[in-house]
Amino acid sequence: MTAVAPPSPSGPASAGAAPPAGKDPDGAVAEAGAGRARRGLTPYWLLLPAGLWLAVFFVAPLFYQASTSVQSGSLEEGFRVTWQFSNYTDALGTYGEHFVRSFCYAAVATALCLFIGYPLAYMIALRAGRWRNLVLVMVIAPFFTSFLIRTLAWKTILSDGGPVVGALSSLHILDVTHWLGLTADDRVLATPLAVVCGLTYNFLPFMILPLYSSLERIDTSLLEAARDLYAKPSTTFRKVTFPLSLPGVVAGTLLTFIPASGDYINAQLLGSPSEQMVGNAIQKQFLNVLDYPTAAAMSFILMALILLMVSVYMRKAGTEELV
Amino acid sequence: MDLYEGLPEPVAKAWERGLTSGRAAMSRRRLLKAASLAAAGSTLAACGIPPAAGNNGGDGPEDTPDHSREEKVLNFANWPLYIDVDEKNKKKRPTLDRFERESGIKVKYVEDINDNNEFYGKIKPQLAAGQDTGRDLVCLSDWMAGRVIRQGWAQRLDPAHLPHAVTNLEDRFRAAAHDPGRQYSYPWAGTACIVAYNKKATKGKKVTSVTQLLEDESLKGRISMLTEMTDTIGLTMLDMGVDSERFSEDDFEAAIARIQKAVDRKQLRRFSGNDYMDELNSGDIAACLAWAGDVVQLQLDNPDVEFAVPDRGYLFGTDDLLVPAKARHRSNAEALIDYYYQPKVAAELAAWVNYICPVTGAKAEMEKIDKELADAPLIFPDEKMIAKGKNFRPMSAKEEARYEEKFSKLIGA
Repeated sequence: MTAVAPPSPSGPASAGAAPPAGKDPDGAVAEAGAGRARRGLTPYWLLLPAGLWLAVFFVAPLFYQASTSVQSGSLEEGFRVTWQFSNYTDALGTYGEHFVRSFCYAAVATALCLFIGYPLAYMIALRAGRWRNLVLVMVIAPFFTSFLIRTLAWKTILSDGGPVVGALSSLHILDVTHWLGLTADDRVLATPLAVVCGLTYNFLPFMILPLYSSLERIDTSLLEAARDLYAKPSTTFRKVTFPLSLPGVVAGTLLTFIPASGDYINAQLLGSPSEQMVGNAIQKQFLNVLDYPTAAAMSFILMALILLMVSVYMRKAGTEELV
Repeated sequence: MDLYEGLPEPVAKAWERGLTSGRAAMSRRRLLKAASLAAAGSTLAACGIPPAAGNNGGDGPEDTPDHSREEKVLNFANWPLYIDVDEKNKKKRPTLDRFERESGIKVKYVEDINDNNEFYGKIKPQLAAGQDTGRDLVCLSDWMAGRVIRQGWAQRLDPAHLPHAVTNLEDRFRAAAHDPGRQYSYPWAGTACIVAYNKKATKGKKVTSVTQLLEDESLKGRISMLTEMTDTIGLTMLDMGVDSERFSEDDFEAAIARIQKAVDRKQLRRFSGNDYMDELNSGDIAACLAWAGDVVQLQLDNPDVEFAVPDRGYLFGTDDLLVPAKARHRSNAEALIDYYYQPKVAAELAAWVNYICPVTGAKAEMEKIDKELADAPLIFPDEKMIAKGKNFRPMSAKEEARYEEKFSKLIGA
């Protein structure tokens, strides 16, 4: 009498804010006939909050920013849209150095995060046993205090007369870094090293957590199988573990690299005038010079460059199906 | 009418087919896309930021409705550590608490100004939109107060509500270039930008001039200057023998070039806001440009910190109280300004903040509180000290933008 309608796979396409489509794109439970029309609209209703959120806090500001970036004028005379695309070329010409520096620092910090974070994530996921939750909490614990406070703490840790600088100096490590141009004289603060360390520290959890979640999902019987087939531990890692953890590596590097290249707190607090990143330049343009169009143009250039780099990276990493 | 009018019949038919159903057909999707792009273009062009109103003499006492009578509250935004607090209970502010008791006005005192530019960025959108910023009284450095007044975003004060302030304001503060006749603003305190150093970090060496800051090899990588353009450039110009009250474009360039050289040599560690105090205290910064009141406060905790007034002069400025446009409680704000212009209250405040006191008669009151402070040259400067203080000349909007741009490039962004 009452035919049970087949479940219709009408999973909403992931719309930016939605988490990456996982194992069950549609948790829709089959309903009887009358509910079909309503069900057809349900995905759209579910999308509504996220859609509204994106419209108000992403699309509208982006639009406004796009408009600002092609305006000209001054605060007192007002800014008018004159399609002044020279804002873009001027910004690139004047602040090219800042863009390059930002991406270099962000890349180095990302590499360091991967280098430090991978073994730790591996340990937590596969070896920590009953300590797993405790270690995870320790990774997340720094988030309980503010970003700013944590960065300020580094100022105390790395201060000129402090124990860290004293130890590095007596071990002659500072001589090496000085020679490499990473530090200056006998100090760490206000040098590139301090800024990169600050970035690495601040974004490390963003690397560890995705790595952990993808390592933790690996079926350990695959590792056993590799051993049964006489693979050395290193071969097992190279051929089985690492490829399976690639989604985590990609997600982690993106989550680290993107915010790190736009960051300005670390350069502001731990750097000197020669370590300022593009975020600092945008902030100064906006708040001190009051040149909103140039600041907007710089933000757009930053976004475009990041987008470009990320898409090239994703293509190279061959992980289209993952994200 | 038709696009293909006048063409031979078969050709016209072919055209029609091609445009309506061929590959070139304007599909609905494509039409929508084109329309939305066009719309985006025109909306983009319709955006824009209207000019600041300009000071057209409006916003006088009669223009903005004042709700002071019905609402006995006052929202006061000030800088950190810029008011007296009780030694035992830091939450109590003796002079302010007394004002609340005497006037019955509840003051919401918020220390949310850390940097002139930053704060301006915060309140500007509301001011530009003609809205209340939620703050009835703000404290801004003279050049920034000048900008806000110039843009017509300050309310004119009513002298009838300010009997003490009108009589007790020291004469030399009256002819302020940014607010002639003090129609819109009254000084909270005078500031002096000077040179400070940490004796321990300089190994006992005295640092007394900008020249020494910029050129002494032994201080390399351990000096800082301020992110406030007027202070850093002003003091550097004074050091070069240029009067900061009437400098030329070339003088400005020369000062920038001089500091740039020190930046390139890595003599300078960084440009800082108020946060130089921590590093001066710890000795990471051996010597720096500093505000006198801060240094005097710091000295109480750290006897190694010293300051020097450069022989060629120091940069003198004021932090002014003003009522932003559309603020609801102007009369309450005027009551507070007037209260702080009573010599006794002013002396109490100055004894704690250690900045230059702009109130006549406060010195006599200070003698009753603390004899030593009454003689402090940086709270009650004598003739000689006053003569050494130079202001930074007011700038037009265009000049200000140009100078800020050059300065922000100098400080690394």
